[in-house]
Amino acid sequence: MAGRALLGRLTGRGPVVGRVEPPVPPPPASRVGWQLATVTAVRDETPTVRSLTLGLPDWPGHRPGQHVDLRLTAEDGYSVERSYSIASEPERAGEIDITVERIPDGEVSPFLHEVVVVGDRLEVRGPIGGYFVWEAPLGGPLFLIGGGSGVVPLMAMVRHRARAGMAVPARLLLSSRGADEIIYRAELDELSAQGDGFQVVHTLTRQQPTGWTGYSRRIDEAMLAEVSEALGPNPRTYLCGPTALVESAANALVRLGLTPDRVRTERFGPSGT
Amino acid sequence: MEERIALMRDDPAVDLTVDGNAVAGVLEAIFGGDPTAMPGQCGHCRTISLVGTMRAYTRGPGIVLRCPACAEVVVRIVRTPTATFVDASGAAYLALGSES
Amino acid sequence: MSEERFVTRGFVGRRDHGAGDARSRTPPGQYLTRDFPVLSAGPTPRTPLDRWSFTIEGLVSKPVTWTWDQLQALPARDWVVDISCVTKWTHLDMRWRGVSVDTLLEAVELQPSAAFVIAFCDGGYTTNLPLADVLNNQAFVAWEYDGRALAPEHGGPARLVVPARYFWKSAKWIRGLRIVDRDDPGFWESLGYHNRGDQWLEERYSGD
Repeated sequence: MAGRALLGRLTGRGPVVGRVEPPVPPPPASRVGWQLATVTAVRDETPTVRSLTLGLPDWPGHRPGQHVDLRLTAEDGYSVERSYSIASEPERAGEIDITVERIPDGEVSPFLHEVVVVGDRLEVRGPIGGYFVWEAPLGGPLFLIGGGSGVVPLMAMVRHRARAGMAVPARLLLSSRGADEIIYRAELDELSAQGDGFQVVHTLTRQQPTGWTGYSRRIDEAMLAEVSEALGPNPRTYLCGPTALVESAANALVRLGLTPDRVRTERFGPSGT
Repeated sequence: MEERIALMRDDPAVDLTVDGNAVAGVLEAIFGGDPTAMPGQCGHCRTISLVGTMRAYTRGPGIVLRCPACAEVVVRIVRTPTATFVDASGAAYLALGSES
Repeated sequence: MSEERFVTRGFVGRRDHGAGDARSRTPPGQYLTRDFPVLSAGPTPRTPLDRWSFTIEGLVSKPVTWTWDQLQALPARDWVVDISCVTKWTHLDMRWRGVSVDTLLEAVELQPSAAFVIAFCDGGYTTNLPLADVLNNQAFVAWEYDGRALAPEHGGPARLVVPARYFWKSAKWIRGLRIVDRDDPGFWESLGYHNRGDQWLEERYSGD
């Protein structure tokens, strides 16, 4: 992959007069190397979730579902790394959004919420991951299932689907603890209202607003069957969130008859990390 | 084999496990290509799984990837300040992506 | 080849190096925590107690096995020790209950060539120690932590605890000790970690 980027950079060079030497290429935009991103925007999605827009000078583009690694280094050399799914669609060139849930005792998320400001620079590596990816050419129908911050990589897929003008039937089943903890709520509602075949279905597992008529329990086999009914027997399915949710939903999907090759999973570990 | 998988399901500590996606950056830096969409064969039970579906234990002195079918160790990785140690002896093979 | 590392503005990390007495009890490179992080290399084993046993085997005149009830009947005591993990956390004054390895070894007769112990565990984990490092109250098999039965994710029903070594030597889900004459690096020792693991000498990695 590094070789391909190198080749790209050799084009566009003018003729060399006199001693002919190959032009010295700049270092290739290495996909496994760290680069410096600049925070260009910050947006609060919910009281505990914030999105950061990172401008990247050497960004090769990404595929919906991929993530980046972030590396933070203190003055004494102590460093930590965390992975964050890319929330934005690849159609936005040169920048990406990451969405970060603030974990009260966390080492990194409180820093990203409370200390980082527009203009700060962060070390980023990526894009990473070729397994948990959906792109328009793969087609649909598309069944996206997320819990909490598991919605982030799925949102890249949803945004990409809209920008690519794809009308494939798609459902996003999103599990959140309460209505004010739904990430991207307004945008999802807006996309659902477009009438292009995309619908979001919420389940609120801990608190429901007065008059709520939607699901109010953890994702289970019956819910998955009802939500995916409009998608036919074997949709392309992407499942992301806390490990326990992913394990239980994946088992339920298999019992419903989805073949394992059509279901892709990404486990985020414990809820709230 | 089934008992092993049952252990992983009702285990409160299963919440702490992630999968190959979570260590994709580390694997890519080691192997030079993204392995998550590529197959690996478990040396113990011979099941072939995509690396992205292997269960990853990352909270400890090193990274351990286990077969999603039989839970045996497929790959172990330790990163020290001066070296990265990789033991893939638990895999019959790991396939890496070719330059496309 | 040294790489100049970019420093992230305002990032300190959540580290407490302790003050006063606590500081002097914190080994080099460690920070203090009050948590008990769960660190694992694999799924939590679940051996039912009526099928559980602890064995000392190898270079002994006769191997000995205890059932769970038999282990519980041994003279146990409380231990309050400082624990350090190679992932840099140290937790002071962790309270355990269990039986000294000395007590267990009293039940066997060691052969003259006995020099090392290999702790073996459910799930396949192993770790190695010189015999001299587990004698004289330097190691115990614990089944209670903080006044409660040791939780499975922390190594229950019983784990080894060797406070003078990084915590990877305190093998979770221990099922026995194999006495040998030749050292046999265990799960982490065979992949870049230090063979001995003394946290005061910062023996984290092989070559330290």
